[in-house]
Amino acid sequence: MAAMTKALPRRLVGLASLRAVSTSSMDTLPKQVKIVEVGPRDGLQNEKNIVSTPVKIKLIDMLSEAGLSVIEATSFVSPKWVPQMADHAEVLKGIQKFPGITYPVLIPNLKGFEAAVAAGAKEVSIFGAASELFTKKNINCSIEESFQRFDAILKAAQSANISVRGYVSCVLGCPYEGKISPAKVAEVTKKFYSMGCYEISLGDTIGVGTPGIMKDMLSAVMQEVPPAALAVHCHDTYGQALANTLMALQMGVSVVDSSVAGLGGCPYAQGASGNLATEDLVYMLEGLGIHTDSPLLSHLGERSVDPQIPSFQLQDKWN
Amino acid sequence: MGNVPSAVKHCLSYQQLLREHLWIGDSVAGALDPAQISVLINLHCFQPYVSGFSVSLAGSVASIHWETSQLSGLPEFVKIVEVGPRDGLQNEKVIVPTDIKIEFINRLSQTGLSVIEVTSFVSSRWVPQMADHTEVMKGIHQYPGVRYPVLTPNLQGFHRAVAAGATEISVFGAASESFSKKNINCSIEESMGKFEEVVKSARHMNIPARGYVSCALGCPYEGIITPQKVTEVSKRLYSMGCYEISLGDTIGVGTPGSMKRMLESVMKEIPLGALAVHCHDTYGQALANILTALQMGINVVDSAVSGLGGCPYAKGASGNVATEDLIYMLNGLGLNTGVNLYKVMEAGDFICKAVNKTTNSKVAQASFNA
Repeated sequence: MAAMTKALPRRLVGLASLRAVSTSSMDTLPKQVKIVEVGPRDGLQNEKNIVSTPVKIKLIDMLSEAGLSVIEATSFVSPKWVPQMADHAEVLKGIQKFPGITYPVLIPNLKGFEAAVAAGAKEVSIFGAASELFTKKNINCSIEESFQRFDAILKAAQSANISVRGYVSCVLGCPYEGKISPAKVAEVTKKFYSMGCYEISLGDTIGVGTPGIMKDMLSAVMQEVPPAALAVHCHDTYGQALANTLMALQMGVSVVDSSVAGLGGCPYAQGASGNLATEDLVYMLEGLGIHTDSPLLSHLGERSVDPQIPSFQLQDKWN
Repeated sequence: MGNVPSAVKHCLSYQQLLREHLWIGDSVAGALDPAQISVLINLHCFQPYVSGFSVSLAGSVASIHWETSQLSGLPEFVKIVEVGPRDGLQNEKVIVPTDIKIEFINRLSQTGLSVIEVTSFVSSRWVPQMADHTEVMKGIHQYPGVRYPVLTPNLQGFHRAVAAGATEISVFGAASESFSKKNINCSIEESMGKFEEVVKSARHMNIPARGYVSCALGCPYEGIITPQKVTEVSKRLYSMGCYEISLGDTIGVGTPGSMKRMLESVMKEIPLGALAVHCHDTYGQALANILTALQMGINVVDSAVSGLGGCPYAKGASGNVATEDLIYMLNGLGLNTGVNLYKVMEAGDFICKAVNKTTNSKVAQASFNA
C-alpha cells in the first residue's frame, strides 16, 4: 500500500466548475463580520453539568461587556427536553440588556414564543432542518409540517414587531440521513426567508463538513437567498470549523455563529468537541484585517499580532 | 443545533457517515475489513441499532468517492510529511522509550504515509527526547516506498545519521535572527554556513536534503516576520541544494492573510513544487492556513499524528496540526493522499496511550469514545 505507484484515480468526474474561489477571493473577503455568540444557548445546552442561573447571567453580562453585538441568551423549550434551559425566563429577565446588543432566544413553538415575549424577548430564533429524519427525531414532524408551525410563529412575531432568525440544521450532513443535498438546503432556506426570517443561519450540526462541501451548499443557497441574509454555524467536531468558516467568508457570507470557549459537545459523538470557539474565530478575523463589531473584541485579537508583545508573554497573560 | 435532548445516542447512519466522511472504505489505501467495522461499531455504541444493518462497502465506496465535492484550483495529490515521531515527540515532556518510538514509527509506516520524520541527530543535552536517535534509526523497519528523513543540525549529526542508516536528512533554519540565536546559538548567516556543509555532503552522497524555515509567520522574540526575510532564507536553502523547503508557522500565530502574503513572496523565488507548509495549531488556525496554502497550489503539508507536541513558547498550548484532522479535510476536498485515516487514528491512539495524554485530534476525539 505504501508503494502505490499507480494510485487509482480518485476523481473520475471533472473538477467542479466553481473556479470562483481561489486566493484572489481573499481580496473579496467581507470588510466586516457580525459574530452571533451562541455560547449561552447552543454551548451550554450541550454541557452535561447544569449551570446555575446566576452563572448563566454572569456569563451573558460578561459577553455583553466584551462587545459582542448578538448574544443568544437561552431557549424557551420545555425543561423535559432540555433541562439546562429550564431557567429561561429568569435568565432573560436577569441579564443586563445593553443598548446596541440583541439577545435572541430560541423558541420551538407558539407557546414558547408567547413565554419568550412575556419574559421580554425582542428577537427569537426558530430551528428547522434540511433533513426529514432529523426533523422527525428532533421535533416529531416532517419538514413540511414544521413550516406550518413556523409560519404561525412568524405571523405572530410580525404582529408583535419581533425579528425572527431562522436556523437550518444538518446543512452539510445529517447523523440519520448522511449526505444532504445542497438543493434541499436551498429549498428550506428559501422557505424560511420568504416566510419572513431576516437572517438564516446554516448549521453544520455535526461538524462533518469540509470546505468543498460548504462551498457547494452555499453556491446552491445563494442562488435563492441573498448572501447578506445568510450566516454559517460551524461545529468543530472534526476540527473543520474554522476552515469551513473561511470558505464561507470567501463566498461572501459575513455573519458567523460561534461559542465562547468552544462550549458544548456533540450529542451524536460522545467526547467530541462542539461549536467553533469565538476566540479562535476572532483571532482569524483580526489576522485577516476584518472588523468585528466590537472594538473590545478587536483589541483581544490585535494583541496577539502586536509585535511589541511576544506571543509567549501573551499566553501567560491569559493563564 | 436545535432542542436536542442530551441523551441522544449514536444513530444508525453514523456508520454511513464514517464511510462517507472518514473515508475509511478507501479501496486505495486499504479497505476496511468486517473486523475493523465491528470495532468501529462497538466504539460508537451501535449495538442497539446494528440489527438488520448490512455492511456493504464495495459498491458504495466508488460512488461515495465520485460524488465528492471538489474545489477547483486545488492540487490533485497532497503529500503528507508526518513529523509526529520527531517534531511531535520532541515537544512532549514524557521521555518515550526507544521501543515505543520504534513501534510507533512502524505503525505509521503501514498507514500509507510516504514520508515519516524519524528522529533528530542533535545532542542529547539539547533534546533529551531524541537521545536514542541511533537506536531508533537502526531499529525501525524501513518499508519500501516510505522515506525516513532525520534532522541533522550539523556535520557531526549528519555523519552519525548516515552511519545509522539514514537516507534523507533535514536542516532547520529560521527567518528570525533572534530565534536563530536562541535556538542554535548563531546568526542566520552562520547557520547557513553550517547547513551548506551538511547539504553539500549530503548531495555528494546522493542523500536528499529538506530545508525548514521556522518562524515563517511570526517569531516569539521578534513578533512579525516579513515575507521578504522568509523568502531570503528559503532561497538560500533552496540554492544550496535542499529539494524542498518547509515553511513553518512555528508558534502558530499565522492566519490565512499572513500565510497568503508570505507564500506570494516565496513563490516568486522558489518553484511551487519545492514548497511545503508546516502549521502549528497553537491558536486553532492551522487548517484554515493550510486551506489557504492549498488554494495557492501548495501540495506538501507537514502534520503530526494526534497533534503531538505542545509549544515550548506557550504553556498549555496545542502543537502541530493533527494528521487525522488534516486527512479528514483533504479527503473531504476530494484530494488524494494515499493515507488510510483509520490506521493513522490507530497509530495515534497507540502513542497517546504510551505517552499518557489525550489526543489533540478532533477527529480522533469524535471517533474514539473514552
